[in-house]
Amino acid sequence: MRLAIALILVSGLPAQVTYQRILKAESEPGNWLTYSGNYSAHRFSSLDQISEGNVSELKPLWSYQVTSLQKFETTPIVVDGIMYISEPPSNVTALDTRTGRPLWKYRRSLPDDVRVCCGQVNRGVAILGDLVYVGTIDAHLVALNAKTGSVMWDTTVANYKTGHSITVAPLAVKDKIVIGIAGGEYGVRGFLDAYDARTGKRAWRFWTIPAAGEPGNETWKGDSWKTGSATTWVTGAYDPQTNLIYWGTGNPGPDWNGDVREGDNLYSDCLIAVDADSGKLKWYFQFTPHDVHDWDATEVPVLVDGQVRGQPRKLVVFPNRNAFYYVLDRMTGEFLAGKAYAKQTWAKGLDDKGRPLREPKTFPSLEGVRVWPAVAGANNWYSPTYSPSTNLLYVAVRESGSTYFIGDPEYKEGEQFNGGGFRSVQGEQEWGAVRAFDPATGALKWEHKLFSPPWAGLLSTGGNLLFGSTNEGQVFALSASTGKPLWRFQAGGAARSNPISYLVDGKQFVAVTMGNALYIFGMNSMSALTE
Amino acid sequence: MWIVALFLFQHVILPDLPNVEKNPYTKAADIEQGKKLYAGRCAGCHGPSGDGGKGTNLATPVLPRGRSDLALYRVIRYGLPETEMPAHNMTQREIWQMAAYVRTLGKAGEGARGDIRKGEELVRSKGSCLQCHVLNGEGGHLGPSLSDIGVRRSPAYLRKKLVDPGQDLAGNFSLVNLTTRDGRKMTGVRMNEDTWSIQVRDAKLNLHSFWKKDLAELQVEQRTLMPSYAKQFDEKELTDVVAFLASTGGEQ
Repeated sequence: MRLAIALILVSGLPAQVTYQRILKAESEPGNWLTYSGNYSAHRFSSLDQISEGNVSELKPLWSYQVTSLQKFETTPIVVDGIMYISEPPSNVTALDTRTGRPLWKYRRSLPDDVRVCCGQVNRGVAILGDLVYVGTIDAHLVALNAKTGSVMWDTTVANYKTGHSITVAPLAVKDKIVIGIAGGEYGVRGFLDAYDARTGKRAWRFWTIPAAGEPGNETWKGDSWKTGSATTWVTGAYDPQTNLIYWGTGNPGPDWNGDVREGDNLYSDCLIAVDADSGKLKWYFQFTPHDVHDWDATEVPVLVDGQVRGQPRKLVVFPNRNAFYYVLDRMTGEFLAGKAYAKQTWAKGLDDKGRPLREPKTFPSLEGVRVWPAVAGANNWYSPTYSPSTNLLYVAVRESGSTYFIGDPEYKEGEQFNGGGFRSVQGEQEWGAVRAFDPATGALKWEHKLFSPPWAGLLSTGGNLLFGSTNEGQVFALSASTGKPLWRFQAGGAARSNPISYLVDGKQFVAVTMGNALYIFGMNSMSALTE
Repeated sequence: MWIVALFLFQHVILPDLPNVEKNPYTKAADIEQGKKLYAGRCAGCHGPSGDGGKGTNLATPVLPRGRSDLALYRVIRYGLPETEMPAHNMTQREIWQMAAYVRTLGKAGEGARGDIRKGEELVRSKGSCLQCHVLNGEGGHLGPSLSDIGVRRSPAYLRKKLVDPGQDLAGNFSLVNLTTRDGRKMTGVRMNEDTWSIQVRDAKLNLHSFWKKDLAELQVEQRTLMPSYAKQFDEKELTDVVAFLASTGGEQ
């Protein structure tokens, strides 16, 4: 293995990243081939050179700084000694993993009137064959030559002037590039797309809001479906056995005024399972029917197998922004279990189909109503991790509430379409925690408290470690089995992304962005790296 | 070269900047319309009454990035690059209406109608405010600076704080009481905190930093040491003090 990588580097001809390689990503832990590490979205690295026993000696080896002051949310992709990162707003850089030196840069010219609710960010690239794929803030999907950074094709996914943008990392499946859309605060009509990886031609589109006459359209009052949002801005998972892509959908629009869109508002705040070849909907599960708190279900779905009531089941588990943890059958979407995993005041619980039993006085009002969780939820776009070694699911949990207000739901194309607003609850100390759950039940195994609600995901490793990072600038490692803190580093900037791990010359490294820089940690000294 | 670049910037990137300096839409009906626009587009970040949230506090007499009408127009229309303030593709009229409403936020409730000179005297003498607050280089440092408080806070907010200082405390202001494992006790103001450490300033302005694992006890309270001036100042005096505080900072 080590020798093979060395040979590849020497020869200077990285092997093509075939679909088969991504499918078997676990068999080459030296690389990080897809956003969540594997199609099951485990964000687990089996590498164990850095372990509980020696992590105290982990140190930063190199750093790469970006020039944009936008949030730096990328998950790097690492293939055969080269790291591909996106930089805000819509740029891509290939880095030499030995030295940290850029090999090429793609710098996109953007119009000055792009429309984003929450920053001109990008969460990463995908790789397939010899091409690197990035979604752009002006709603294009671009394919770059992995060796040179040259644009091979550039496809318009949607019109940015209507409030569409792309922040999500694409997912390469078979011969297609699956990409979602953002714009849930602009009253767009959401969709999930797949493009031919070679040509950039659209292969299919699944509209996340059914059109008039289609099943589910009756869950929208009048024409409200046309501006109902339900965007798809976080990378999903894929199961080759079911050939289904699992993808979360965002809030219905307008966010906080549900009066203009009476009904359940399908398929907003759902997990959708669509056929990877056709984009046809196989099943859906709606977490928050008729959402009025902006609780997008755009979290990362995690595919695990587990025992439910004594029966082995293929599961998809989902710690939702709405503060409930869901266990679903990933073949059928059947609700198997669910429970609150953070403070929440909006539902008495879930019924036996998983539908929330809503508390009546939790709808936004002119005076404002206090509800937990906060608008940013108990979880958000950043990644959880599942370790097959410990059989635990780890989530960076946010403990906070918001005061929610209703407002005027006037729609104007290309304008924010919120129908209200929110603010933090005065006098409440927000906090966060890393929590370890039994994935099949959501039962809490341990917790490590964090000073503030995190905006960064987690990585578990074969060294029984759990890596995470904080708003206050620390990268940290905990024992994956007990939660005991073992190591940390002050990186000097708030964490807004997810860690990964990989090998260079047979040595293990951990990478994560902090503030406006990418940091690489390892056990080796820098000189050993450059020799 | 630079002149050409500047010309291009103004005429290509900012094609529809209005050619007036003053907001032409400030009638009551405009402000009412602006209020509606604000509720939908701004309140999410800036709070329904403009007193902040994720976005900056707009309920201040002077907006540092929108001192002139045209500057405020520009911020609304084009957003602030590299911040979360987005551009707004509305008609000129709508932007002006929104700007007109935003201007009212800092004037909500009480205006600066007291006697500024009298107010300053009260701050310095009867109120003993400078024991804890610094004013243009003079005074203590336990509380926030008063030198530019008029830019940062609305008159209504200042009055509220004088009468009931414990209400609506700024999220980042906390009093700390701690005991170290070797028995040292300390009271101070929290300067920063994270999962593993805390930084504290004591009453004598000494700065301290502790690892939490070295502390036997740590209490962090959202509490203020500022006394209420509800009884100490009469109504006229309160109005004068507010007028003075609101005048600090000034146009720059």
